[in-house]
Amino acid sequence: MSAVLPAHGHADDHGHGHDDHHHGPPPGLMRWVKTTNHKDIGTLYLWFSFVMFLSGGVLALTIRAELFQPGLQIVNPEFFNQLTTMHGVMMVFGAIMPAFVGFANWMIPMQIGAPDMAFARMNNWSFWLLIPAAGLLVISFFVPGGATAAGWTLYAPLSTQMGMGMDLAIFALHIMGASSIMGSINIVTTILNMRAPGMTLMKMPMFCWTWLITAYLLIAVMPVLAGAITMVLTDRHFGTSFFNAAGGGDPVMYQHIFWFFGHPEVYIMILPAFGIISHVVPAFARKPLFGYSSMVYATSSIAILSFIVWAHHMFTTGIPAAGQLFFMYATMLIAIPTGVKVFNWIATMWKGSMTFETPMLFATGFIFVFTMGGFTGLILAVTPIDIQLQDTYYVVAHFHYVLVAGSLFAMFSGVYFWLPKWTGHMYDEGLGKLHFWTSVIFFNITFFPMHFLGLAGMPRRIPDYATQFSDFNAIASVGAFGFGLSQLIFLAAVLKCIKGGAKAGDNPWEGAQGLEWTLSSPAPYHSFETPPVVK
Amino acid sequence: MFAANHVKNAVVSGVATLTALLVAPLAWAGNMQGGPAVNQLNLHEPATKIATDIYNLHTGMLIVCTLIFIAVFGAMFYSIYAHRKSKGHVAEQFHESIAVEIAWTVVPTIIVILMAAFATKSVLAMKDTSNADITIKATGYQWKWGYDYLKGEGEGISFYSNLSTPKDQIDGSAPKGENYMLEVDNEVVVPVNKKVRVVLTAQDVIHAWMIPSFGVKQDAIPGFIRDTHFKAEKIGKFRGQCAELCGKEHGFMPIVVNVVSDADYTKWVDAEKKKMAAKQDDPNKQWSVDELKARGEKVYAANCVACHQATGKGVPPAFPPLEGAKIVNGPKDNQVAILLNGRQGSAMASFKQLSDVELAAVITYTRSSWGNKGEAPTVADVKAARAWDAAKLTTLAAKQ
Repeated sequence: MSAVLPAHGHADDHGHGHDDHHHGPPPGLMRWVKTTNHKDIGTLYLWFSFVMFLSGGVLALTIRAELFQPGLQIVNPEFFNQLTTMHGVMMVFGAIMPAFVGFANWMIPMQIGAPDMAFARMNNWSFWLLIPAAGLLVISFFVPGGATAAGWTLYAPLSTQMGMGMDLAIFALHIMGASSIMGSINIVTTILNMRAPGMTLMKMPMFCWTWLITAYLLIAVMPVLAGAITMVLTDRHFGTSFFNAAGGGDPVMYQHIFWFFGHPEVYIMILPAFGIISHVVPAFARKPLFGYSSMVYATSSIAILSFIVWAHHMFTTGIPAAGQLFFMYATMLIAIPTGVKVFNWIATMWKGSMTFETPMLFATGFIFVFTMGGFTGLILAVTPIDIQLQDTYYVVAHFHYVLVAGSLFAMFSGVYFWLPKWTGHMYDEGLGKLHFWTSVIFFNITFFPMHFLGLAGMPRRIPDYATQFSDFNAIASVGAFGFGLSQLIFLAAVLKCIKGGAKAGDNPWEGAQGLEWTLSSPAPYHSFETPPVVK
Repeated sequence: MFAANHVKNAVVSGVATLTALLVAPLAWAGNMQGGPAVNQLNLHEPATKIATDIYNLHTGMLIVCTLIFIAVFGAMFYSIYAHRKSKGHVAEQFHESIAVEIAWTVVPTIIVILMAAFATKSVLAMKDTSNADITIKATGYQWKWGYDYLKGEGEGISFYSNLSTPKDQIDGSAPKGENYMLEVDNEVVVPVNKKVRVVLTAQDVIHAWMIPSFGVKQDAIPGFIRDTHFKAEKIGKFRGQCAELCGKEHGFMPIVVNVVSDADYTKWVDAEKKKMAAKQDDPNKQWSVDELKARGEKVYAANCVACHQATGKGVPPAFPPLEGAKIVNGPKDNQVAILLNGRQGSAMASFKQLSDVELAAVITYTRSSWGNKGEAPTVADVKAARAWDAAKLTTLAAKQ
């Protein structure tokens, strides 16, 4: 498409000395609708996920407003359950997963020395599928009975009781799953086939490695989720009894299938984050990544182990002692490769020459706060303790430590790190630092007290609670609003950077390594037309 | 985590003070007996051996994690402090060390194995539900608990347990009591120092029965039986609530266990048996429609109101209205059948656990309220339908 249209604007003057007719995007809205360009699609993914992040955030703030004090003040219990459910669904499937695909689109071709992704048209399709899926989720709030209120895990048989909002959510998840699988096939193909000459797998940047492994996880488990929710759909409408004991089914089977998807899903949402951190820390320590090959092996081990730990989400369903022991041991094993990664990052910092621009602040914040989530994960892996803490706020605190302070902080780190390459401008360091400090402080004010609430036995997903839990809930709610508002600073920093700012050189970071920094800033429309040679 | 705890505690207490000032006029009640304490920071004070084990396991894990945390982040923050460009530190270029990599794989492996070894004993102890003195069946309903004493002293006692917090406390028009949200009309009473096995199931969706002080949490799964156990070592009330999302009133189905001395337990059992005998309907009594309607209103309030609402308008589409509905205005036998069997593929469960009188009463009530004009069934109608169902089942079983 773009080949026949005249060149457009700034994307051309990148000094790579090939002829300029072919490289501009078509102007106007159709550029975005019909684009097959990895950077345009990456941008679409990132903006889409940011909009979903804000929407999911508004739901979270409504939850925190209701929980500010005991008693029912703002929403009724039915709507409260819709809020917790849709907050989870939107953040997991609408915000975090697409955001990482956005990073993959932008960075993988540039990091491996390719002109674009392998399947350019499928790339377009996998993004645009997300729009109707998100639409179905939003519409579901307005159908009779409202959105699904069965929790993001959609446990049967509660999910078979829901109104048509549940069906809309099932269709939305099917579409998003299809989109994820297409995206993953594209990423695997690109990485395996389009690396620059000389770039062997063990010379590949860590972000590509983590995404390669993540893509395999996605291809393996998204169909499992599709199966589970399709069975819920047929139980709801076509008289099957997969999860209905009265017809010979088993409600716990849903949980086995769901978590066989759900646990690898957890790593799908964190492995690319590990990849980003593995680029940012060496760049700002001005020192190569410590233990590159052990990082690759650790990531692979985490991915493999993720398939044999699913039932640690189900210790209270009454699985036999042998099952509890197996899943406890397997889960605790994951601490080992995860520990290796943290140690490697710290060893990379060790005796470096560090500076703390915003990407490094977020990376350091990530390592520190994510590891707290890692420790609570280890504590939760111990079956007897898990039984005490299952479905309490301790679990809520744990997974927000790994998903917000983990995945989200890593993405912020990545955005600030690569924004100069994406836009050609430096972001405003003051805004970036303000964003970091408000985020990390309000994050801890929000989620740290939840550990205490959980230890004291406050269950999750309840709209009203014993008055003894009041103070920590009030603190968490104050923190949540602070955290939510802090994200507007991020929006301001990004918009300001897109509009202008100091000109960024090809490599604005003293210590950054990798092929993407050999391109001009902003990066040319078709990243590498002639493959670079990697020694 | 401890080091972080201290810092965080300072922050938390600062913010807590601030919040306390803001909400001072509402001044919450004090600690809850057998429930959470105000701003409780740790697990509940254990009341069983297993809860004590869990408490100690958690403390041990927390200490080990804190030590690792201090070591790892001590190194990181030292590096952040010392190895800065602004201090003129020049980066070294090392990036590999097989020895170090092996060390920090092997050491955590050993730590993790030790942790798992300590936990294994507790796992096995928690699973041992044999040799119970008393067996109680707990059934999760949307949204209350039902209890049947199956074995041991008190066998045959059966009751429902509902949230007893008044509505005006929830909507804020009355001050909230000390046991707000964790108080029930009928408590589970058990003797101290006796092993109590709890078998669990559910009527509709998955619920979970938990008492933090006992270290007990077990899902109640419709169509299946699960079990757990506890042996309370202290007299007193212990509180928990449903821990598995089960629909709109999930937050409103608490659990209270009252642990009493053996003598008090025997007294309670006697009183309960007398109460149950008094409640039994005289099988020969002839019920008038008005009597049935009056009785039905109570049955409706105890069993139906959460979904179909006091107004009979329901919460569509999950919980359809009864006002003007075909089922309550059409042939009475259809409604009897649905109450006995439930309606597949919907939230409407079977209510066959209610007596013939109660079913006839509640059907009569729904057929003559909210402008409905359905024909009322008699107690005999319900009895006949139940017998017919049973006969059909027997025939089906015989055929197979």
